Amino acid sequence: MAQHQVNYASTGGLPVALTTVDHLVNWGRSNSLWPLTYGLACCAIEMMASGASRYDFDRMGTIFRASPRQSDVMILAGTLSKKHSEFARRLYDQMTEPKWVISMGSCANTGGMFNTYATVQGVDRIIPVDIYLPGCAPRPETLQYALMMLQKKIRRESANMKNNKKQDLRLI
Amino acid sequence: MRKYTPKDNVQGKAYYTDRFHVVPSVPTFDVATDEVFAKQLATLEAKVTIKSAKIMLGQMIVEINHEDNFKAIETLKSECDYAILSEMSAVDYLAKDGNFEVFYQLHNLKDVKRMRLVMRIEQGLAVESVVPLYKSANFAEREMFDMFGIVSNNHPFMKRILMPDDWEGNPLLKTYPLHGDEFASWYEVDKIFGKDAREAIGPEIRDQAQIDRYDTKRFSRVGYEVPFGADISEGETETPIEYSKTFLVDYQKADGSKPAEHRK
Repeated sequence: MAQHQVNYASTGGLPVALTTVDHLVNWGRSNSLWPLTYGLACCAIEMMASGASRYDFDRMGTIFRASPRQSDVMILAGTLSKKHSEFARRLYDQMTEPKWVISMGSCANTGGMFNTYATVQGVDRIIPVDIYLPGCAPRPETLQYALMMLQKKIRRESANMKNNKKQDLRLI
Repeated sequence: MRKYTPKDNVQGKAYYTDRFHVVPSVPTFDVATDEVFAKQLATLEAKVTIKSAKIMLGQMIVEINHEDNFKAIETLKSECDYAILSEMSAVDYLAKDGNFEVFYQLHNLKDVKRMRLVMRIEQGLAVESVVPLYKSANFAEREMFDMFGIVSNNHPFMKRILMPDDWEGNPLLKTYPLHGDEFASWYEVDKIFGKDAREAIGPEIRDQAQIDRYDTKRFSRVGYEVPFGADISEGETETPIEYSKTFLVDYQKADGSKPAEHRK
């Protein structure tokens, strides 16, 4: 403790910083976003690259978790087929609140080039999405930017999730 | 006259086809021109009825009756050394003549030969499974069942392989629309939320370029600041363009004199 140079002059002589609960909670939430290790297609390769040492998600407090019960963010990286949509939704349901969703790549956003009978035409049909990340496939820098945008969004939100407007009102 | 297109084929087609384009035909040879094939055909002919046989692109193509498929393939495997079943599936000719063409692509490693055994079956008929002869037929026959609805008798596990188990329809049929029928287009909604949610979620957007100006949850007009979910049925509110003073270069000096022209 003594090693820290606390400038008592700026804090009015007290080792205290004043803030709001919202700010404090969101500071914690936004700087420890743990995404679910969940790749669907080629976008998942870019997501893995983002997590690896060159782009290094860890420095932003973003650590991929192997269980939906430990995750806050779901990155839907790739084409979601209709057969798999049920399981994607189940994983989303298993995540604890508060939770956010990044839809990564054209396929997850709109179905992309897979304008067929077997592909979900945009994951927002089944899961409410916070950030839509365009690209085919988005580069790791872009995913980092999407995550920073999500952090920005979280910092703007109320700490009480009940006060936040649900993004996708089409869902029940 | 307008070109007739069969209505029982709703698959997507090329926008433009050259009316005067003549498809180059693949040269066909008699089986007698190849010693190895001729010998194999004679062996096969002793066991089953052969409807036609020819050589195209260096491969023998033999048509048989669909009742004989197991016997024919058994003969080809045990007596003609066709050790590998590279591929098998079906082709939908229902619009043309009411039949499926089931084909078996076989590979002989000993004589380095490939051949295709084809047979026509009517819709609703089942074929005999060749899984006891070739393990690779297991998934291939399941795929054929999944995509065309052709059942293989005595298959160890006759179940859909690619589509979900509760799927309706066979997607590789020519009568199956590329964007899916009603069941397919609502599949994930019906399964996850139930049919009641259809109205709230809405139909699939298949037009990739669709823009809804008044849907402010997904679109905002270029040059305007449109808040998320705002009602703009009366029109967007004007956003005044603000230029930062810092970046504007004032070439006019304060006293009104022009700056000295250095460049010529």
